[in-house]
Amino acid sequence: MLALEFPPISHLFEWPEFLFEGTPIAVNKTVVIYLAAFVLTLIVFGVGGSKKKLVPSGLQTIAEVGIDFVENSIIEPTLGIAHGKKFLPFLTAMFFFVFFTNIFEVIPFIQFPANSRMALPIFLAIVVWLVYNYQGFKNQGIAYMKNAIIPPGVPVAILPLVALIELLQVLIIRPASLAIRLWANMVAGHLLLVTFSVLSAALWDSTKVGAVLPFAVLILMTGFEILVSFLQAFIFTILTAVYINMASHAEH
Amino acid sequence: MLTFLLAQLAILAQTAAGEMETGLKAIGAGLGYGLAAVGPGVGIGIVVGNAISAMARQPEAAGVARTTMFLGIAFTEALALIGFVVFILLLP
Repeated sequence: MLALEFPPISHLFEWPEFLFEGTPIAVNKTVVIYLAAFVLTLIVFGVGGSKKKLVPSGLQTIAEVGIDFVENSIIEPTLGIAHGKKFLPFLTAMFFFVFFTNIFEVIPFIQFPANSRMALPIFLAIVVWLVYNYQGFKNQGIAYMKNAIIPPGVPVAILPLVALIELLQVLIIRPASLAIRLWANMVAGHLLLVTFSVLSAALWDSTKVGAVLPFAVLILMTGFEILVSFLQAFIFTILTAVYINMASHAEH
Repeated sequence: MLTFLLAQLAILAQTAAGEMETGLKAIGAGLGYGLAAVGPGVGIGIVVGNAISAMARQPEAAGVARTTMFLGIAFTEALALIGFVVFILLLP
């Protein structure tokens, strides 16, 4: 009808390897974006923090605003400043790395969110899983397992069921939902942008005037995806802080 | 709605068996995602609505309310996203 040729979904997320093909360290577009996000995070905090001036300028401003944001919006409401201060470097690095890998979704000519491949979200989720379980055992000792799976004030009759659910929650559901949330949001955003781009191109080829509306929606959606990239990085980091807080001391 | 679906199914039944399977998969994926989005949609509405009334009543506590709102949204949204994952897995 509209000659709308929507590419198969796998074509949108699979990129050919162009360096070290066939080896375990093969490089494709996704890997380049990972490395770029890593280098960007390193530049913001390595270069921005190297020459500390009283009146910040340039990169130092970004670094200070970022640290301030993580401290006041993520650590303060969840962990508390006093207890959470030592997690500031970890959470700031996590926030900026996830944000930089997401924001490539809307940068022209790159336009691919690296977190829409499951590799990075599942790796970050495993890191978070290791950190909060380590904090649990460090702060509560062996009682962490008991406190984590047996919430206080549960009637004995349903205790086995609750304990099973809580055990699954701590071991599987938390990291899995953390990874799936980030991944699925980025896949959905990328599909949305591709849908409206393909629609605009097809309508421009056939009618010219008809392309105005989908193109306007495409621009709006690009703005929306900037918000989503930021929000997903924020939610990923704040959930990390919440899980660390839950593991650090027993519920009362 | 139901008669429309039945008519679609009748048309599908006349086509080859492989095409029918693909079509039914597509219908299942679409319906599955739509149904999975209903509950979280209502849930996120309740979360955000209550957070807004909390912020309106106590503007000085807006920061805490906003953070908790995003947490609530994140937990509720997970169900819709699992529906979306199933949708992608079911696509032919």
